[in-house]
Amino acid sequence: MIHQYKLNGYNIVLDIFSGSVHVTDDASYDMIAMLDEGRERDEITSEILGKYAADGLTGQDVEDIFSDIDELTQAGKLFSRDVYEGMAFDLKNKSNVIKALCLLVSHTCNLSCEYCFAAQGKFHGKAGLMDFETGKRALDFLVENSGFRKNLEVDFFGGEPLMNFEVCKQLVEYARSIEKEKNKNFRFTLTTNGVGVTDEVIEWANRECHNVVLSLDGRKGVNDRFRVDIKGRGSYDTIVPKFQKFVKERGGRGYYMRGTFTHFNPDFTNDIFHMADDLGFTELSMEPVVASPDSPSALTKEDLPVILEQYEILAKDMIRREKEGKPITFYHYMINLEHGPCIYKRISGCGSGTEYMAVTAWGDLYPCHQFVGDPDYRLGDIWNGVTNEAVRESFRTCNAYAREECRDCWAKLYCSGGCAANAYHSTGDIHGVYEYGCEIFKKRIECAIMIKAALGQMENT
Amino acid sequence: MKHIMTLNTRDMAKSALNGGCGECQTSCQSACKTSCGIANQDCENDK
Repeated sequence: MIHQYKLNGYNIVLDIFSGSVHVTDDASYDMIAMLDEGRERDEITSEILGKYAADGLTGQDVEDIFSDIDELTQAGKLFSRDVYEGMAFDLKNKSNVIKALCLLVSHTCNLSCEYCFAAQGKFHGKAGLMDFETGKRALDFLVENSGFRKNLEVDFFGGEPLMNFEVCKQLVEYARSIEKEKNKNFRFTLTTNGVGVTDEVIEWANRECHNVVLSLDGRKGVNDRFRVDIKGRGSYDTIVPKFQKFVKERGGRGYYMRGTFTHFNPDFTNDIFHMADDLGFTELSMEPVVASPDSPSALTKEDLPVILEQYEILAKDMIRREKEGKPITFYHYMINLEHGPCIYKRISGCGSGTEYMAVTAWGDLYPCHQFVGDPDYRLGDIWNGVTNEAVRESFRTCNAYAREECRDCWAKLYCSGGCAANAYHSTGDIHGVYEYGCEIFKKRIECAIMIKAALGQMENT
Repeated sequence: MKHIMTLNTRDMAKSALNGGCGECQTSCQSACKTSCGIANQDCENDK
């Protein structure tokens, strides 16, 4: 399978099953498309010369292009076949290894963001904080179920995790005390709204956390529309100086400024540029809101073309910034073509419900943070392990080949079939397809690869 | 090649033979938290 698209002056051909990326001239682009349609070479030659001879294309050029195409095909980089489908369903069956936990250390929050999928941290349930013993047991549970995996990921999440900072500190201390003996490497992430950030938090997180995710929606008016305290007061003025200090003192360690865009700001690149140009952040992530369709903040059909255009604007601007030596990183445009995920990862996806789980403050296990509070999706608990095998099995079968809708989709080895939670929330079935999200995802991948093409060309000139 | 520039990419077929160690980061554990994407994950075993 191939996927062809033109963007920002680049003709791009993706060979899906080899993962190859080709940037072509116009004639090659058309010839690859015609070959993919099964047309005869004589007919292609005639049509291509008719179209491009006036531009100087010769019969020899056409022969050369066929030769290039044949070479790539023989090298398995073009028109490669799907040899993976048969192995897809075995991938997640090989073990019950768990390698990542999202610890909901706080089911409460000091902000009251209307769009919060976690219902202001309470996940549509009661408020509460995880105690140390529960968190310690969660870490032990992770170690016990991690097999030979060395790298273990733990995210302090909520709610607002800094409302339970003391327990976060104790849990890191505990993890560090056992990781050598257990031959594990804990990588902690803190996701915070910034309200509770203090000098002590900064010093601790910059020492202990592999990554920090700092929530800010962008421009003051945009941020303060939703990210407000219980009295409705915007958080921007409180959190921005804290985040700036946090990042400055982080000294190059991983972080993301992470925003949410909604129906009220489909022009979200302005929020990204605000965070980059006005606030000085370089590591940026901006996510579409997760909301029920009847919510005023939900993205609409009319928003979609605006959003897709925004992604193009962002991609082009990032190339400009790169050329000027002032690059920014956008999470969804990070695509590692040379040392990215292997085919197993590409097929099996995010691992929710199998190798990644969320743990509530009371020790209940869910497939991921977005299923917390839904009793149908409770997997078990950290003392007794996974007891709801039916749910685990249903997540096992979520992969790039699980959905009929994905069968002919060029993006399936980039998204692995998509987010189970998004599918569930939009279709009622984790094996469904969140089509709106698919459109956004495909545009992001096209843009990310176009940036690679542009930068690759820069290096070659 | 004069007409086609091929970017350096990981050989997917080869990765079927030497991949699958599972040491890579879990997608949602990074910045997104609301949408699965595996394309931007780095391989921990292919440096």
